[in-house]
Amino acid sequence: MRKAIDRSVVILCGAATVLILLMLVIILGNIIAHGTARLSWEFLTQPPAQGMTAGGIFPAIYGTVLLVILMSIVAVPFGVIVAIYFAEYAKRESRFYRWTRMAVNNLAGVPSIVFGLFGLGFFVHGIGQALDKGLYGGKLLLGQPSILWASMTMAVLTLPVVIITVEETMRAVPREYREASLALGATRLQTILRVVLPQSWSGILTGAILAVSRGAGEVAPVLFTGAAYFLPRLPTRVNDQFMQLGNHIYVLATQSPDVEATKPLLYSTVLVLLVLTFLLNVTAMVIRKRMRSWASR
Amino acid sequence: MRSSQVVSQLLRVSDVTNRRSLRRRQLMDRAAEALILSFASIAIAIILLIFVYVGREALPLLWENVDGASLASTVTPPADWQPVSANPRYNVIPLILGTLKVTFIAMLFGTPLALAAALYTSEFAPVRLREWIKPSVELLAGIPSVVMGFFALIVLASWLQEQFGLEFRLNALNAGIALALAIIPIIYTVSEDALSAVPNHYREASLALGASKIQTAVRVVFPAAMPGIGAAMILGFGRAIGETMIVLMASGNAAYMSLSPFVSTRTLSATVAAELGEVVFGGGHYRILFFLGTLLFVVTSVLNWAGDRYNRRMRMKLFGAE
Repeated sequence: MRKAIDRSVVILCGAATVLILLMLVIILGNIIAHGTARLSWEFLTQPPAQGMTAGGIFPAIYGTVLLVILMSIVAVPFGVIVAIYFAEYAKRESRFYRWTRMAVNNLAGVPSIVFGLFGLGFFVHGIGQALDKGLYGGKLLLGQPSILWASMTMAVLTLPVVIITVEETMRAVPREYREASLALGATRLQTILRVVLPQSWSGILTGAILAVSRGAGEVAPVLFTGAAYFLPRLPTRVNDQFMQLGNHIYVLATQSPDVEATKPLLYSTVLVLLVLTFLLNVTAMVIRKRMRSWASR
Repeated sequence: MRSSQVVSQLLRVSDVTNRRSLRRRQLMDRAAEALILSFASIAIAIILLIFVYVGREALPLLWENVDGASLASTVTPPADWQPVSANPRYNVIPLILGTLKVTFIAMLFGTPLALAAALYTSEFAPVRLREWIKPSVELLAGIPSVVMGFFALIVLASWLQEQFGLEFRLNALNAGIALALAIIPIIYTVSEDALSAVPNHYREASLALGASKIQTAVRVVFPAAMPGIGAAMILGFGRAIGETMIVLMASGNAAYMSLSPFVSTRTLSATVAAELGEVVFGGGHYRILFFLGTLLFVVTSVLNWAGDRYNRRMRMKLFGAE
């Protein structure tokens, strides 16, 4: 009796695991099966045509890449510096530490749509319009949704990803290295710059990759801060609007004039985004695993 | 090889040390510390800025009545959300009901699956299998929510409608199941971490007393990890409430006052996402949408904070310190 109950517990738990993995396989299988049909070099390099029922997705890819580059330029250095604070300077019992820790944890859980509202309220209407007033005599240049403000919004959203990943790596650097460096007469700053940071580059890379993967897939934060339904030309200035892969999927899926004609294109667009984010995630996982096995050696 | 690298780095440090004056280095050190601390304080500032800048746009609702939009209008009966009409109504009760309904369905499907899988991974699975399960679930977490929404909209919705003969193709059930897929990785990861963090001597003591491996897992390890599992569920709940793209695409977005999971449903987050693009800047509708955003921010912040506390309590319980 006891054995029967025992066995059924294991089987149930195993079945739940299998079910979760099965759903992952079904989703991936479905998207790969339907997505490869329209995938071609032209699809990746041409703009949409005929009311988005033909052509490709090049502007959306271009916009997404530009977005994550601008985002990383801000989020990665900023995140690394905050991580340095957490790993090297923070005193665990101090109030400041508790507050910053709470802020970062909280930031990680703020809904992405709230970031969209924040981006519109703070960057576009706040900073953007203030800059327009101060620098350009009230001409509307920066006080409107653009790729710059979308990137900044996304940088705020991905900041906790960078901080948490980099901090973890820095903590894994053995204490003895720091002590040896300090014993040789180096200051704390020198120790961080020349001992801790060089040992943490893989963590910084992982953090950047995870941030890019997250930033490439999020849609809600850019809906009102710069993403456009359709643009005839590529963004060339920071205050241009842009097309984004995720937003393009949303638009194609919900606002297409001809759903059946759009569907193959839609599937291929989803496949492109999925391949992009998965490649990034798998790369981050591999680096992390290497890093861990090195740390435990 | 690695340690020799470190040694050479250290030697370089000492080399530089000799060349520069002590005072200058100390000055640099202090300046850097100030800089780093100020960056860390920006992290706190960001959270405050989010609250201030989202809340600021909603604040005039407290004393103003713009085109029929005021704080009172959000709860004034009848329970209708009709922001775009000659006589706009901004009652948010249907939206809150919709959010809770979809979230509840997601938790109902997601929690048992995620917890059972976490227990399996941490207690029963062979080590080599474990190393495959965890990254796979992490991959599920890596699927962008717009892709999950797309899948629910195109594939899952049709399948559910066929299976159960539903009147609405897009409904709360459809959105809830897709949402479950999004929160399973969070609940799984946090609770698996909690289960794995239970020290081995708990298990050994239980086994030594004659309990089976399964009894140990269910009656000793699981209860010991309870605060962490509570944290996992709270964090999953918070994520489900705020998740936008999935519900926006999969729920049908009609604000009915109904408890049925089979009717079209509109949530708070989806309302903001769908309507903010078309409102007049500074108008009543605009302010109400920012009010919804503030509401989401406050609720998810409280949930996050509670989840954190539970997690900390877990560590306190098991290790007597953080």
